[in-house]
Amino acid sequence: MVRTMHMKKKTIYTIISYSLLTIIALIFLVPIVWMAGTSLKLPQEVFSVPPSVVGDTLQWGNYTRAWAAMPFNRFLFNSMFVGIASTFVTVLGSAMAAYAFARIPFRGREALFLLYIATLMIPVQVTVVPLFIIMRDFGWIDTYQAMILPVSFTAFGTFLIRQFFLTIPFDFEDSARIDGAGRLTLFLRIMMPLGKSALVTLSIFHFVTQWKNFLWPLIVVNRTSMMTIPLGLDRFQGQFGTQWHLLMAATTLGVLPGLILFLFLQKQLADGIAMSGLGGR
Amino acid sequence: MSSLSAIQRRRNNAAALAFIAPNLLGFMAFVAAPTIASLVISFFDYALVGTPRFIGFANYSRLLFEDPLFMKVLGNTLYYVASYVVINVVIAIGLAVWLTARTGFASFFRAVFFVPVIIPTVAVALIFRLLYLPEIGLINVALSSLGLSSIRWLSDPTFAMPAIIIMSVWMGFGYNLVIFIAGLKGIPDSLTEAATIDGAGAWKTFWRIKLPLLSPYVFFATVMTVIFSFQVFDQTYIMTGGGPINSTNTLVLYMYQQGFEFFRMGYASAIAWVLFALVFVTTLIQSRMQGRWVTYDI
Repeated sequence: MVRTMHMKKKTIYTIISYSLLTIIALIFLVPIVWMAGTSLKLPQEVFSVPPSVVGDTLQWGNYTRAWAAMPFNRFLFNSMFVGIASTFVTVLGSAMAAYAFARIPFRGREALFLLYIATLMIPVQVTVVPLFIIMRDFGWIDTYQAMILPVSFTAFGTFLIRQFFLTIPFDFEDSARIDGAGRLTLFLRIMMPLGKSALVTLSIFHFVTQWKNFLWPLIVVNRTSMMTIPLGLDRFQGQFGTQWHLLMAATTLGVLPGLILFLFLQKQLADGIAMSGLGGR
Repeated sequence: MSSLSAIQRRRNNAAALAFIAPNLLGFMAFVAAPTIASLVISFFDYALVGTPRFIGFANYSRLLFEDPLFMKVLGNTLYYVASYVVINVVIAIGLAVWLTARTGFASFFRAVFFVPVIIPTVAVALIFRLLYLPEIGLINVALSSLGLSSIRWLSDPTFAMPAIIIMSVWMGFGYNLVIFIAGLKGIPDSLTEAATIDGAGAWKTFWRIKLPLLSPYVFFATVMTVIFSFQVFDQTYIMTGGGPINSTNTLVLYMYQQGFEFFRMGYASAIAWVLFALVFVTTLIQSRMQGRWVTYDI
């Protein structure tokens, strides 16, 4: 009797708990829902009283108008290209350097590693002024290399993968070495596959960071055709300041590719953050 | 090492160089060299055109003693960092405990609160500008339906910074939530069950068992969040441009304005190094204090 009472109480608590959580989650999602709803309204419906999520008819034309005003396909391409290229350079370069730091005893290893570590705490903003001067002197303003290269050599990536490589036992390499495998084979055939989870984590995290990066592209990009999604949205806001239906259509266009990606990657991203402590935002 | 032959050693050095070179060259060119260059430039007066003029510590002394706006910017940044970090960490801990208390939909809710992580700050800022509009924005409509008066969020110097902080927490706490959920899942059930059998309520279990065991995660997350939030830029640049009357102007935004709007490269570099000093000192203080509240074993 007491037991069933207790069970009942527990069930009620669980129901209340989940109902409250659902309400909080719904309120949390209001900004995203409001963005999507507003993007499909007529201008006069944006501030209707009482407020409603969507207007009488869905104005898909807002999207064509927003797209006609700004080359969103170009922004999307630029964001993807810069994100993927920079992720490739970062992950491959970091993994190779990490392999040397973790596995090859060489002269000056500790000193060099210390130099990498030392820059971990320096905010990227510290390097922005000289980097801009370098880019200008190279004539790299409004180029992809200016958007990609300066963000692709973080000490963090090397550090993260080195730490992971250190946890891999030597046994695998030892047996491969007996079979006559060289360093490059060991790296490609053993360390890279075994370090997959760290490589995936770094890839996703780096891609997302560059996908959202605003300050650096803002400094090295002026031409609309070179803009990434964040820059394009900022430019769009400058031109269509208060036309909220168009502004939200543009914002939705900017958010959508990331959201689709998120559906596939959120678990890996979250697990990666939890495992490697990449977070802290 | 001593057992290695000279040939072996030379071979190792060559192999290591080959593996490190691609990353090292980029690292030297785009991280190490610019870091040193930034320090050097901060002792110069350089307007991007013409020759740089060496002026010693003049940029720093002007910044710290003759620029009242910098003091305001510094104050704003500390206000932002303190509020953002506390609110972010408290919400993340609370939700993490809540989500892990009952098994079932934890990963679903985690995913919901994690969504903004992928959204560019510019997009979030545009959405919140709409929500924050005076009188007609959704937040003010909600406030007035509750009988509260409308707030001019982004144009009132008192409310502009809180508006930025609220938005930043909305888009940011998902990271720490994920870290804390992982930390809480690592606590053995036997510990919390034992506490329950001993008659400890949920509240007591939280303060005596869960929070102490979570404290290394809280420490780590707090340190990272502090470092990150000192660098706030996107939000203030897009939402307010630092206004009204510089009430939301923060260190990196001020650096950007000085460097890329007024082209005072030396002054901007000096601001960047003050930012570094602040981040460094805060992290140092936090690590010194961790012994007082972080538990690594129970």
